[in-house]
Amino acid sequence: MDDSCAALAEQCVAGNIRAIARFITLLENEDTQAFAALNYFKDSGQAAQVIGITGPPGSGKSTLTDKLVAGFRAQGRRVGVLAVDPSSPFSGGAILGDRLRMQRHATDPGVYIRSLASRGALGGVSRVTGAAVQVLEAAGYDRILIETVGVGQSEIDIVKIADCVVLVSVPGLGDEIQILKAGIMEIGDIFVVNKADRDGADRVVREIRAMLETQYMLAAGQKPHAEPDTLAGRMFEESVTGHHGNTGGHVDGYGDAPGAAPVLKTIAENGEGVADLIKAIEGHFARGISSGAMASRRLERVRSQLQDLVSAQVMQSIAGEKGSGSLDDLATQVVERRLDLYSASKLLLSRYFQGEKR
Amino acid sequence: MDRKIRVVVAKPGLDGHDRGAKVIARALRDAGMEVIYTGLRQTPEQIVDTALQEDADVIALSILSGAHNHLFPRVTELLAEKGVDDILVFGGGVIPEEDIPFLKSKGIAEIFGPGTPTQVTVDFIKTNVKRK
Repeated sequence: MDDSCAALAEQCVAGNIRAIARFITLLENEDTQAFAALNYFKDSGQAAQVIGITGPPGSGKSTLTDKLVAGFRAQGRRVGVLAVDPSSPFSGGAILGDRLRMQRHATDPGVYIRSLASRGALGGVSRVTGAAVQVLEAAGYDRILIETVGVGQSEIDIVKIADCVVLVSVPGLGDEIQILKAGIMEIGDIFVVNKADRDGADRVVREIRAMLETQYMLAAGQKPHAEPDTLAGRMFEESVTGHHGNTGGHVDGYGDAPGAAPVLKTIAENGEGVADLIKAIEGHFARGISSGAMASRRLERVRSQLQDLVSAQVMQSIAGEKGSGSLDDLATQVVERRLDLYSASKLLLSRYFQGEKR
Repeated sequence: MDRKIRVVVAKPGLDGHDRGAKVIARALRDAGMEVIYTGLRQTPEQIVDTALQEDADVIALSILSGAHNHLFPRVTELLAEKGVDDILVFGGGVIPEEDIPFLKSKGIAEIFGPGTPTQVTVDFIKTNVKRK
């Protein structure tokens, strides 16, 4: 390991802001010494609670994050924020504007906010977001909030990093079919309907609850549709037929189904509902820790990160090779119909492993 | 991987006009830089702490209120207090010609007035950024 990176890592553990900032930049620039120095953090600090905030552009993620920071600070926690915004596919530049909503925390020594550009990654976070979490964890931040880029339907890489995913929706984005679709709606541990003072907020809450309850009962081998007397069946019917018994005001009377993810209304702008959101986050961790779900989730996460890292390194090594049997050579053979894709992949892999043995 | 130049674009002081700052932010983005936009009414303390947390190479200050002779030097003073000497600081906005020598003596590298082509600012940053 490079000495200067080791020294920098040591300063990160001591909580030096410039060192933390510089270290994350080195990771972003794919500095191999910095990645090697991550080794330094493996047993530093305590495992933080990593909370992802995701949702469509303009749904209020940054404002909500700002309010969560304030809430966790009031509890005396040290809070790190990683806020991801998209890079331009044309210039490679970016406008990172999330922290605009969080600037009241800029001078609080218990808060570190870092904007990250997505740099071509398409999953809603940047490639180094996971590594940046390790840096903040080692530096002693015990709550780490990750705000993703504004997402659409399938940017779900946040689940590979966060212990708890808060999915932020707003009224007026579409009908319940959007909620039934696969992808983003499947990754929420907590659902938030923000801007809840707008028309249609209760309807969105109801639709999400119906989706969750159906999912939960299907998983339990029950048929919500065939049991109209159950809550889920009734809500499912309603959501399908569009006949809503209650419109506005009564939605909270339903409550969250046991075992299903909580659905909350917030108005981030004035802080309404944020205390409940913090309670829901605490509940998620408390349940996850006592049931062991959090531990197995972390294991699964590290497995997946490890797989990604190994395949990236294998690819990097393969892409660098030239000559007979190289990526270029085999690709040419496939184009010229002398080889099929599957065999070519096997040849590349066996070549890689032989290279490793040499 | 090429290193991205990171720029904090900030508006110190109390004026609420950020059109110019946004034009600059957009131009720097299009020049391939990562621009951290902090918005209006920032104190020098907020600006400096933001630049440190964001590992910025450059602080670009925009002001139209007339308080530049107080606020711009405060930013460079705070950087010096924290032992930071590798962040390029420059300013823009409505700043009288006769104030420019004073600001430069306080460590503001350049002042760009209204009408400066954005390419001039881009080139200035690329030439003068302290960390390569």
